[in-house]
Amino acid sequence: MTSVLAANRTTLTVEGTQVSVLRGGSGTPLLFLHGSEAFTEWLPFMNELAAHFDVIVPDHPGFGRSETPAWLDCIGDLAHFYRAFIEALGLHDVVLAGHGLGGWIACELALRDTRELRSLVLVDSAGLPLLEDGIDTFMSSVDELRSASYVDVRRAPDPGNPNLAKDALMTARVAWTPRFYDPQLAKWLHRLRLPALIVWGAQDNIFPARQAEAFAATIPGAQSLVIPNAGHLPHVEQPQTFAAGVAAFAQGARP
Amino acid sequence: MKFIAFHLMPYADLDLSYTEKYDSAWVTLPNSYYDPVKGHALYNRYLDELEYADQLGFDGIGINEHHQNAYGLMPTPGVIAGALARRTRGSVAVLGRALPLVNNPLVIAEEFSLIDNITGGRLIAGFVRGIGAEYHSWNMNPAFSHERFGEAHDLIVRAWTETGPFHWRGKHYDFRYVNTWPRPYQQPHPPIWIPSQGSRETIVWAAAAERKYTYLQTYSPVAAVKKFLDMYRDEAQKAGYTATPEQLGWMAPVYVGETDASARAEAQPHIEAFANKFLRMRPEMVRPPGYLSLASASAVLEAKSAQTGGDRTIDQLIESGVFICGSAATVRDRLAEHERTLGLGHFLALLQFGTLPHDATMRNIERFAHDVIPNLRSPYAMSS
Repeated sequence: MTSVLAANRTTLTVEGTQVSVLRGGSGTPLLFLHGSEAFTEWLPFMNELAAHFDVIVPDHPGFGRSETPAWLDCIGDLAHFYRAFIEALGLHDVVLAGHGLGGWIACELALRDTRELRSLVLVDSAGLPLLEDGIDTFMSSVDELRSASYVDVRRAPDPGNPNLAKDALMTARVAWTPRFYDPQLAKWLHRLRLPALIVWGAQDNIFPARQAEAFAATIPGAQSLVIPNAGHLPHVEQPQTFAAGVAAFAQGARP
Repeated sequence: MKFIAFHLMPYADLDLSYTEKYDSAWVTLPNSYYDPVKGHALYNRYLDELEYADQLGFDGIGINEHHQNAYGLMPTPGVIAGALARRTRGSVAVLGRALPLVNNPLVIAEEFSLIDNITGGRLIAGFVRGIGAEYHSWNMNPAFSHERFGEAHDLIVRAWTETGPFHWRGKHYDFRYVNTWPRPYQQPHPPIWIPSQGSRETIVWAAAAERKYTYLQTYSPVAAVKKFLDMYRDEAQKAGYTATPEQLGWMAPVYVGETDASARAEAQPHIEAFANKFLRMRPEMVRPPGYLSLASASAVLEAKSAQTGGDRTIDQLIESGVFICGSAATVRDRLAEHERTLGLGHFLALLQFGTLPHDATMRNIERFAHDVIPNLRSPYAMSS
């Protein structure tokens, strides 16, 4: 286990919107876009990544501790926002990583503008039509969703996220229909020209692991990393395997 | 007070043992539970019941819209209103059409205009957001519900009141030619009622001085009805006017028997089936994310806990005032008290509920019309 590194939470204003950002580590910037729930704390996987990268984990506008802007209607809005965010922080050569909803944002961003990006890491990502339905997260209770998300729920961060309802509302706003995908992205993701790593938890009940094939088949030259003994959040359940895979990929080696 | 006989048209033949296998009568209950032969008989039975209520002197009849469930079988209320239009004399209240669910709100402008023309101006036009389960059934994004409701309303009212064609440019709808034929019979447009379960945004919006729409609290404990009608009156004061009883209504199930004891005994299995079987749904169906703003989520939660927090007995339902049940004298006293304390101008009596059979429903309609309504006619209502 990597020793705990210094991390801090700050508030930045980008596109007139206050966003809360966790940041720690140094080196190549790694911008991690969360899924349908913002992170309430600096987690072990961030710490593992921080041994290799300058890890930047914002709460999306409308999620967690960030403000809800009037302009936020769809994933494309968040993609444009993060272009402005990268510019505002003066980031270059960014490893852009996203989980679930965040992976979808990352795809949309990368299709719009790759100038400041080194590579793309998609983790159990939304964005493409599901090859196989998982559970309906909007029809699940908090407890059902939590136990469906992990192979071992004891690996989950402590419950008690005070912004659960806020996060669920905004997730519905951007992903209710079509359910967690955009047919336009399915049409054009093959135009992506960026090294990409597709990471999946082998036992994902939300977006079943076959979905990794859909991304790998669409993005030219994409590499894949299926992490065993992990569900929808392999970075949370297997932080060391996840971080080692991302670091190896980002250095140009095959994971 | 004015009285409307309201109907939900449930699938009264529902196999109530469905709860052994399924957790909801909505969205996901397989439609193999529906038998169209029984359904045919039920629709015609229910139309007879509403026509009977109209004949016995109710001020109007009321229907509504629900989708993919056993609780209410009117996915297209305009069809039911059309079937009733020429056989009734009083108001035809469609309470209401769920505006955010449709991608073309002009469908609703046309449908309501049609009913208003056929009935010669007897339509009451209800606008609702639809309950949470509908957003699952129709896969409509609940987080845009308020926005779409507001824009669809503005478009429909403009289509009714402004000479077409005009171009509607909105966030959710864009129509190059808005030119509704037929125009509504009532001018400038049919009365608009807003049924709701107590969303603050909806109440503030309905009470605004430029609208003053009749607000209708649906199926709630008396304490919640009072809270939300008071909220409406407060909002009216803030908007610079005093709300009249005509702007306030309540819908509740009612059963009138010979005596309190016989009423309770006759109604018990049917109202308990209504509350515990027909209304049964997962909490995630009631409140899909975004359906309520973060601000009003807690207020409605409080009101709804009376109906979704496990099985209810008839005594609990009567005690909380959700269900009004007893002899004609008891029901009359209850309603007189509610009229006084709640400031109601409209009462919508749900006289068939759950599995209540036809004969019992017809006696209920008769007793309510003969022994309850005449004593509660206000001078205001009689003169209008």
